[in-house]
Amino acid sequence: MIVGVALVMSAVPAQVNLAYADMNLDFSGFLAGDLRLFSEGAANSGQSDARLNPSTVLQLEWNLDWNEGDDRIDFIPFARIDPQDSERSHVDIRELNYLHLDDTWDLTIGIDKVFWGVTESRHLVDIINQTDAVEDSDGEDKLGQFMINLGLQSDVGDINFFIMPYFRERTFPGSDGRLRAPFVVDTDRTHYESDMEEFHPDLAFRYSVVKGDWDIGVAHFYGTSREARFIPEINGAGDTVLAPQYDLINQTSADIQATFDAWLWKFEGIYRQGHGDDFIAASGGLEYTFYGIADSDADLGLLAEYHYDGRDSSAPATIFDNDLFLGLRAALNDAQDTTFLAGVIWDTETQAQNYTVEASRRLNDYLTFEAELRIISNQPTSDPLYSARDDDHLQLRLSYYF
Amino acid sequence: MLNLHLKTFLVTSLAVTTLAFPVNAGTSAAQKGADIAAEWDKRDKGFGDSRATLKMILENRHGEKSTRDLRIKTLEVPDSSEGDKSLTIFNKPRDIKGTAFLSYAHILEPDDQWLYLPALKRVKRISSKNKSGPFVGSEFSYEDLTAQELEKYSYTWLKDEACGDLQCAVLEQTPTYANSGYTKMIVWYDTAEYRQQKIDYYDRKGSLLKTLQFAEYQQYLDQYWRAHNMFMTNHQTGKKTRLVYSDYAFQTGLKASDLTKRKLEKVR
Repeated sequence: MIVGVALVMSAVPAQVNLAYADMNLDFSGFLAGDLRLFSEGAANSGQSDARLNPSTVLQLEWNLDWNEGDDRIDFIPFARIDPQDSERSHVDIRELNYLHLDDTWDLTIGIDKVFWGVTESRHLVDIINQTDAVEDSDGEDKLGQFMINLGLQSDVGDINFFIMPYFRERTFPGSDGRLRAPFVVDTDRTHYESDMEEFHPDLAFRYSVVKGDWDIGVAHFYGTSREARFIPEINGAGDTVLAPQYDLINQTSADIQATFDAWLWKFEGIYRQGHGDDFIAASGGLEYTFYGIADSDADLGLLAEYHYDGRDSSAPATIFDNDLFLGLRAALNDAQDTTFLAGVIWDTETQAQNYTVEASRRLNDYLTFEAELRIISNQPTSDPLYSARDDDHLQLRLSYYF
Repeated sequence: MLNLHLKTFLVTSLAVTTLAFPVNAGTSAAQKGADIAAEWDKRDKGFGDSRATLKMILENRHGEKSTRDLRIKTLEVPDSSEGDKSLTIFNKPRDIKGTAFLSYAHILEPDDQWLYLPALKRVKRISSKNKSGPFVGSEFSYEDLTAQELEKYSYTWLKDEACGDLQCAVLEQTPTYANSGYTKMIVWYDTAEYRQQKIDYYDRKGSLLKTLQFAEYQQYLDQYWRAHNMFMTNHQTGKKTRLVYSDYAFQTGLKASDLTKRKLEKVR
């Protein structure tokens, strides 16, 4: 009996060890201090007039894998604390998913992030994840999206099927926040076209293939649009607020990149039904890089992209209706990974100009410094950017990675 | 008169000799160089695939160091008209953790290259014209780290000489592919096992740019030699990069389906 117990007790840890021998757990993340410096006081009533807007970001990441990495669980929680804007203070689960990788297929179940597209100044075909719009105005920060994603790979290309059973609302600045419309977006008054509201199961499909110098993707999305229309309403306090309205859409898209020598040719196009009249939108352009300029290690890239959007006024507004983007990218290719990106999005109809300069540099193995300058100029009252006319700002970020 | 004639004769015959000698010697030196390189290539054939963990230690001219931790998976493509496939995954520094790089090497055509950026979860096809650019700020360029294929160079044997405890054949190698940052490389192969022991790189102006020294060779599967310590010195900037390999494994069952654009996006 005693021998039996001893055997069982010694066997249990042995089995545990056996089962977990192949498991790896990695922990990492970053803590960042952000400081936004606004050149002017706020334009809209209710906004904080402070010229300095400090905030803090924390992102943690756990990766657990086994079967030599063929099975994995990733968990990435994110939080920002902004003392001036309670809406910008938020937490999100960027990722919490189980992934299985096989030779010719893979399966992801849980919260994940998926990017589609090739262009730099607008991410037209990228639709799986909702934009975390309080993070930055470039639309590149995304909220985690719950999904089941089945991928099939073969010699004729890759296919991915997505089922997204829960919709994430876009984040918007609160009353005190900068970079917002004159009226505050009230996310407690959200309307959906679907009776199932945020539980409408969204579906998507994507086929992608590499053919020599060409990388091609074709996709279709059916479900709740990630973009909202806004309906003015009067809230309990008697103030006018904007209620987001999310419609059901069908969107078919294509994204193509051709890579020839130092030239990258890029195209993204969509056909959308469900936002007013059916419309097409397209972004296309090129990037040319001069490598090793002036006998140095540095590269200089020239970017040009044109954006067309045929949506009517009953669809969610866009700034990219008829716009040209011109940009410069510099990479010093030094140990500090110093990079610069400067560009302007220029509305060829209203002449509104949206300037951006981004710079980043690693200070040491743990610290990274980033700066972003955003200037909006010459926007007419009709331009969606008009309400952000006094929101030119420089954002500085110091990140500690661990 | 006689003197003058003699002088003319001497000058003429000397000129003929100096012209003729390199031509004759050149033909055989080219053949000998090609033979040595072919032997080096042959001895590495059939490795199948390999995985390794790698630490890159970058040192600037002031002696300040920074490190990168990465893993490399390499798949040999048996077709000798195609280059190998490789996948490089970064773990440190932490700000680029998860960044991954996929390369399909070709012999004379430009390589196919994709970069995965984990913050945006974005895969970008990138231009491979940038062969001479630094790899992650190190003294190794892309062309130093991508597969060294036999057909990528023309070879000339220069001499045999001692290299440490070994005897080496010294070859001059000229890249035959476009956009190389080098006019030539001088490569020392030991004649015992035909391993590269040292490389001098000459820049586009013909000046000595870098020296790479190989050390701590270990043999795998009773055939394949790999240096576990590679030290690159840039003579023009004083910067250095040391590569320290560990956990080398061969014929691990890596397949073509493990080195795809999809896997680049998913692998850690």
